[in-house]
Amino acid sequence: MSDSQSLQSTSDVSSVGDAVETDSASDGAQVSPGGTWRRWLTLENRFLAPLLITSILLAGQLTFGILESWSRTLIAIGIAIACELVLGKLVVGRFPHLASAYISGISVGILIRSPFIWPYAMCAGLSIMSKYVLRIQNRHLWNPSNFGVSAMLFLYPSAVASLSIQWGNSLWPMLVVWCLGAMIISRLKRFHICLTYVISFIAFAGARSWLTGSPFLANVSPLTGPMYQLFVFFMITDPKTTVRPKWGQCLVAFLVAAVEMLLRLAEFIHAPYYALFLVGPVALAVEMRWTRDRAGRAKAPESVVNLDKNAAGSGSLGEVEAPQST
Amino acid sequence: MIRSLIAICFAGLLFGPAAYFRWSSDNSETEGRELISTDTRLQRYGFSLQEVAKDVGIDFVHQPPRVDMRLRHIEPQIAAMGASVSIVDVDKDGWQDFYLTSSAPGAKNHFYRNRGDGTFAEIAEQLGLADLNADGVGACMGSVWADINNDGFDDVLVYRWGRQELLMNHEGKRFESIGDSAGLPDWANIGTATWLDYDRDGRVDLFLAGYWPDHVHLDDLEDTRIMPESFEYADNGGHNWMLRNVGGGRFVDVTDEVGVDSTRWTLAVVAADFDDDSFVDLFLANDYGNSELFRNEGGKRFQEVGKDAGVGFAPKSGMNASVGDVLNQGRLSIYESNISEEGVLLQGNNLWFPSGDGSIHFDNLASVMGVELGGWSFGAQFGDLNNDGFNDLSVTNGYVSGDQGTSYWYDFSQITGGHEQIISDASNWPDMRQRSLAGYQSTRLWVNDGAGSFRDVAQWVGVTDRHDGRAIALADFRNRGVLDVVVANQRGPALVYQNTVDSSRHWIAFELEGIVSNRSAIGARVRVFWNGQQQLQERVAASGYSSQNQSRLHFGLGAVSDVDRVVIRWPSGKEQQVIAPAVDQVHTIREVR
Repeated sequence: MSDSQSLQSTSDVSSVGDAVETDSASDGAQVSPGGTWRRWLTLENRFLAPLLITSILLAGQLTFGILESWSRTLIAIGIAIACELVLGKLVVGRFPHLASAYISGISVGILIRSPFIWPYAMCAGLSIMSKYVLRIQNRHLWNPSNFGVSAMLFLYPSAVASLSIQWGNSLWPMLVVWCLGAMIISRLKRFHICLTYVISFIAFAGARSWLTGSPFLANVSPLTGPMYQLFVFFMITDPKTTVRPKWGQCLVAFLVAAVEMLLRLAEFIHAPYYALFLVGPVALAVEMRWTRDRAGRAKAPESVVNLDKNAAGSGSLGEVEAPQST
Repeated sequence: MIRSLIAICFAGLLFGPAAYFRWSSDNSETEGRELISTDTRLQRYGFSLQEVAKDVGIDFVHQPPRVDMRLRHIEPQIAAMGASVSIVDVDKDGWQDFYLTSSAPGAKNHFYRNRGDGTFAEIAEQLGLADLNADGVGACMGSVWADINNDGFDDVLVYRWGRQELLMNHEGKRFESIGDSAGLPDWANIGTATWLDYDRDGRVDLFLAGYWPDHVHLDDLEDTRIMPESFEYADNGGHNWMLRNVGGGRFVDVTDEVGVDSTRWTLAVVAADFDDDSFVDLFLANDYGNSELFRNEGGKRFQEVGKDAGVGFAPKSGMNASVGDVLNQGRLSIYESNISEEGVLLQGNNLWFPSGDGSIHFDNLASVMGVELGGWSFGAQFGDLNNDGFNDLSVTNGYVSGDQGTSYWYDFSQITGGHEQIISDASNWPDMRQRSLAGYQSTRLWVNDGAGSFRDVAQWVGVTDRHDGRAIALADFRNRGVLDVVVANQRGPALVYQNTVDSSRHWIAFELEGIVSNRSAIGARVRVFWNGQQQLQERVAASGYSSQNQSRLHFGLGAVSDVDRVVIRWPSGKEQQVIAPAVDQVHTIREVR
């Protein structure tokens, strides 16, 4: 099993930036062996996503102080990496690549806010463990960070809140995140997911405004904050926990926005996390069922066929998604 | 097998702690309802509080400011301030009196004179301090006292969202406004003010800090773009002013000269000497942004050093600034209140603990010491409520108590996460519709164990009210060596908590009078050395949120009945020492020329 295979089989994506990492890892298989320097300078490099999210973290912290503290984020990263190492060795039989765990740790460090230290450790641990425990047909159902963050927000409201800080007052940081995110997501051919979600969100914001009598801009307001930008670009686009047909991805993005609207009408403050938590696994389960039925009808080989056009070319996702060792 | 074990660990990690927290929370709620006698309270906590406002003649309910019709949909949160309390001995009879402000047009401020028998008489009209909310002058936000002409009687600044009023005290019998001659700003939405002698010339100077932008008249808006431009980085609030006292009731605006201007949304200021250089510095608790720390450079200029000092980096919702020596190490910590709401926003209050290496640097130890989560916290004061020798911490909480069982948090969190163009326009804010926003919260009384840990005992010692607390002030109203507590509640009644302390505990207190220094001795530092430890207190004017404690410095001593020595450093820089002063009494100390 190659490194990229082990990465995909044991350390599936987390959240912020994971979309970048996983697909780039897949795409990385296409890069010619001789183009080493190019790999370092292009999106195919598997270290690009960690570098990207580290840059966002550093820029956010050094300019706006987005973190609760350095130490808490480092604890989250450390726990995520430690869990990944231990669980990878126990379950798969080898140490997995740690980029994904690193990203999960950073995501947790950015997305949750707590005056205590333990939630950061617990959230990181739960995120990584969920990948190994909550699986069907050797696919994990929840985006790990989404699972961890949602669980912490739901179970420990007295100790945990979500990121609510802004990128300052200027439009520039927001524009940078939008542009950077759009560029990366377009490169990964997943911009349609973001676009569908954003259009749906705005439409549903209008509906909520009409239903509740509250100002339209107040309902659209969350979309202008950094938490949503990270959510839109990097969490809902996670290749490992999204369905594979393009139309299905758009449908799921729409459904996430729709469920989020219902949750928002019920005044759930963490509606986006919960909506993805609810819709994502159901969509995956439906897709798996549908795929299995089709495969059964066609008497296809037993292994799951990779239908993700975005991962096309790697030809490996279906195989590595069902590691025999697990 | 391994996967099963991992699954069990996962489930245990996911649900185990949650179940434990739920179980322990249920237990503590049950304990909280326990009714215990005063004797038991004294035995367990060393003190007991009883709310006696009506019994002692206090009958005051705060009325909120009036706002423009275009703000009616969010009126409860726009008009959420103005309940203040300040302690003063207005006629120098040795008994502590107090002054409460209201904010609605026509609403009267109350001044309660201490009769000396445990009761109070309301004499604001007689003094000329009642009718300060007339139409067109703005809404009273607070008051702060100091002897500005060194005549032995404390004068008062009543600051408003509007025009400011400086009133001279004529021997405790009447007050006279000195009006425009004082050089005060024509119109400013002042959120906090304090007296300090920044240049050590023996006259107290005045610092004012704005909240809303200066041009805003909340009851008559030009437009609705008046809100903070950001929940964390707002810099579109009111200006600051430093007014130098040049004598004769006149003040000169030296704001630019000394470099203290900013346009944050300031809600509290405390002036104390944080770097121990004998020149008083300024700490500003800013709503919607970072705190600021202005370091006094030799009485000539101030330098904003908040980031370097560690207090000006993580933006929160600063609403309180008070100082206290929490571990009896001879160094002042700063307590700054913020917002904490389960599952929504956990900013946590800050306890800025000084580094102790001689630099002006602080670390936030609120979480470590257990004083981080209070609620939507406002006023806070340090003071030894049980005379055990360590400063305890009292914190009011609660923002807007609307209809029971309702919440505006969802809408609030939605709009406050938005971009400047959205959040700064009040018309974009959803209608509150009488909903609560962090309402019905309880006061915290954190008792200091002296070893770095605080424990909330409010419910157990008799503080059970759920009003929207704002200002809180401490004073020994009965001259018995115990600190009583006054709380000013927004749209609610003023409360007086009478304190009873375990009689085996000792105390000592000091009234200071400057001679070379300003007569109020604002800026004086007193160190009491006893039982192998020392406690530092500094005489400040404003302390907390819209409040001022008694000028008398009170030290609990615990079971120890003798004090080694007391060192007073006057604002002039001179030091004075008192060897082995008697305990259980108030000492009046005059500065030696």
